[in-house]
Amino acid sequence: MGANEQVRSSGDPSSWAVAITLAVMAAIGLVAAANAHDLAFATHMWMVVAAAVVGLQAILVWTTNSDPEKRFDPTYYDDGIIKAGIAASVFWGLAGFLVGLVLALQLTWPNLFYFPDWGFTNFGRLRPLHTSAVIFAFGGNVLIATSFYVVQRTCRTRLAGGLWPWFVFWGYQLFIVIAATGYLMGVTQSKEYAEPEWYADIWLTVVWVAYLLVFLATIWKRREPHIYVANWFYLAFIVTVAMLHLVNNLSLPAAVGSKSYSVMAGVQSALTQWWYAHNAVGFFLTAGFLAIMYYFIPKRVDRPVWSYRLSIVHFWSLIFIYIWAGPHHLHYTALPQWAQTLGMTFSIMLWMPSWGGMINGLMTLSGAWDRLRTDPVVRMMVVSVAFYGMSTFEGPVLSIRAVNALSHYTDWGIGHVHSGALGWVGLISFGALYCLTQWVWKRERLYSNALVEWHFWIASIGIVLYIASMWVSGIMEGLMWRTYNEFGFLEYSFIETVSAKYISYIIRALGGGLFFVGSLIMTYNLIRTARGDVREEEDAVQAARPNLQPAE
Amino acid sequence: MTDRSPEVDDHSGTETTGHEWDGIKELNTPLPRWWRFIFWGTVIWSVVYWILMPAWPGLPGMSGYTPGVRGHSDRANVAADLSAAQASRAEFSQVLLARSATDAVRDPQLLQFALAFGESIFGDNCATCHGAGGGGAIGYPSLRDDVWLWGGTMDAIEYTLIHGIRSGAPNERANQMPAYGRDGFLKPSEIDDLAHYVRSLSGLEADRQAVARAAPIYQRECVDCHGAEGRGDQTRGAPNLTDAEWLYGGDYAQVRTSIYEARAGVMPNWDKRLDPAAIRAVSIYVHSLGGGE
Repeated sequence: MGANEQVRSSGDPSSWAVAITLAVMAAIGLVAAANAHDLAFATHMWMVVAAAVVGLQAILVWTTNSDPEKRFDPTYYDDGIIKAGIAASVFWGLAGFLVGLVLALQLTWPNLFYFPDWGFTNFGRLRPLHTSAVIFAFGGNVLIATSFYVVQRTCRTRLAGGLWPWFVFWGYQLFIVIAATGYLMGVTQSKEYAEPEWYADIWLTVVWVAYLLVFLATIWKRREPHIYVANWFYLAFIVTVAMLHLVNNLSLPAAVGSKSYSVMAGVQSALTQWWYAHNAVGFFLTAGFLAIMYYFIPKRVDRPVWSYRLSIVHFWSLIFIYIWAGPHHLHYTALPQWAQTLGMTFSIMLWMPSWGGMINGLMTLSGAWDRLRTDPVVRMMVVSVAFYGMSTFEGPVLSIRAVNALSHYTDWGIGHVHSGALGWVGLISFGALYCLTQWVWKRERLYSNALVEWHFWIASIGIVLYIASMWVSGIMEGLMWRTYNEFGFLEYSFIETVSAKYISYIIRALGGGLFFVGSLIMTYNLIRTARGDVREEEDAVQAARPNLQPAE
Repeated sequence: MTDRSPEVDDHSGTETTGHEWDGIKELNTPLPRWWRFIFWGTVIWSVVYWILMPAWPGLPGMSGYTPGVRGHSDRANVAADLSAAQASRAEFSQVLLARSATDAVRDPQLLQFALAFGESIFGDNCATCHGAGGGGAIGYPSLRDDVWLWGGTMDAIEYTLIHGIRSGAPNERANQMPAYGRDGFLKPSEIDDLAHYVRSLSGLEADRQAVARAAPIYQRECVDCHGAEGRGDQTRGAPNLTDAEWLYGGDYAQVRTSIYEARAGVMPNWDKRLDPAAIRAVSIYVHSLGGGE
């Protein structure tokens, strides 16, 4: 252990800095609440004030009661924040999946939870609640928790920044709550995946800069000569998301209230929006979760990463090419054709860089394929990588203009998104949560491997039902939209194409329901594991850290 | 130290890089050949595509963008497609407009064209309110029955389509049913009785004493438009009260509300949105749905 001693006193600098930040935040919140232009904004400002006061109180109690020597003991990893991150991930995951299920049912039976005089549960307000909850609340918490875990282990050093990691964690939860309650009250800037209004965006910027600095400072003080590949991916995710967030949210508040106007307009605004949204997929849902894959798969199967060279080449080609692909969301629109060309060709060139991650993930199992049979957590992560490979092949295919002419605006897009979201992001996150819960609570094994099996199969069947029904309904409606009769008139009116999807929508809701049930099973299993319970099972062959198996 | 010299992995026989993080090592496996081939293949394909199609903006010495050697243009194609579609319809459309609607439908081929045209237009413009098959809903008339407020001949339907109902257009169809309760023309108890009377005209269950009380009120207030027997008047859009068909529902409460509040449904004037041939085709299509006069 190095002589990495910090000055430790009852008032360590990071606690003071966080406390001052919270005090400033409370003051700004008070002034804004007093001058609020509308009720939603005032509500949010009072929430900010309340959060700051609770935070200050928590810091006070904690510094009074904790031993200054042990507060940020550099000889220990900071695992408390990982535990909080696991809990938050599971909570937001359940919330987001449940809202998704409600939406699937509303699309099937439109009058469900529809109250003409009461807008909170209307489809239009629940939809961003679902997308933000699963992507940013569930996915974001998984990324924060795993990145804090991985960067500590692979840099062999405690998280930097003292209390700041906790500021990042709770600040991020506050952003989620403000965004989510805003959607329900009708506060939105109407940009897909960037719906939160200007004040939520500013707050997220503060939190995100703190996150970047904590992560960078931890890498900076690492006690390993090199930076592990997972950390490159985490860093690409954090830096790029910061850039995307800042550019796409440039707007001017209309008052001290919950409404702002975008700086860009027309096709420029559309292109910026899809540059943002596509790279949210690329850097949030791809690069970030590839980082998870690069740590948890080799760690869980105890095999070396298959190809160092591939990891470098596909990392740099992925981040260079991904950033160009956004225009493929605007084929056959007012966007100039040359921009569509570039979006499409870069999407196709993106195929192999994406698959580099799949190859490395799958081939890392060579020499340990038996773990697919013996460890359902490994199976979950491997199937996740397979879904990753499938959806990163489907993506370039859908970006081809001729294919897009059929698929665009149809349910095929919804199916594509969910094969990536449920299959790739969902399953790799579940795998990481199973590993993390077992490891940070220092358990020999999970409470029940049989329940992981159940989760695996129920979720997988749900995903297949979801994707297949959306392929069918998407291709069907795409074909119906372009069917002409002998006189050159459209054969089907729009409402006929909607009616035709009824059965597919029931199957989709069933698939989503299964996925949700699977996550409930996981939640139970994780809680029992954290409590230290072990279920009597015949197949309890799974040890916490298995030794290297001899080659087959 | 974890920066060790490379070692050979037992299983694959490949060397590691010598790095290790938290027990994770890396093999120094070269890039798969198929990966490289496909990657460069997609790059070459893209370059070829850039040469053929509009692609790169802002190159030196070039204003705009590289147009591509194929001279392909989405905008030109869409314009050509649109004019081709219009041209293909022009012949039939002109004939449809040159003859009266009643005359045009005697030509079987022209009728087929008009029905296909009308159905297509109806589905994306009219079905929102009148239902995909024209079945209507509360407040939106069914177009499948033989009950017509403003007349069910092809010409009458076409007039309604062109000018709308309470649409604000100069020649709109409009009538005035007074809001007898809200505006205080009648007492609430009189409206209660009148609702019984109106239901009785269609042979529905009604309080006989109330009907008797309401008879003079009906003769005084309603007969001008709805007629002594309640058969209505298409020339001024007054509904027939004897046919047991109710645009806003035939329940006692619904009928009472119709008298109390009056109803004033709106249909847009479609001449601003659809061309004359399309309107004529919709008239013929709606007329064919079952109840045309």
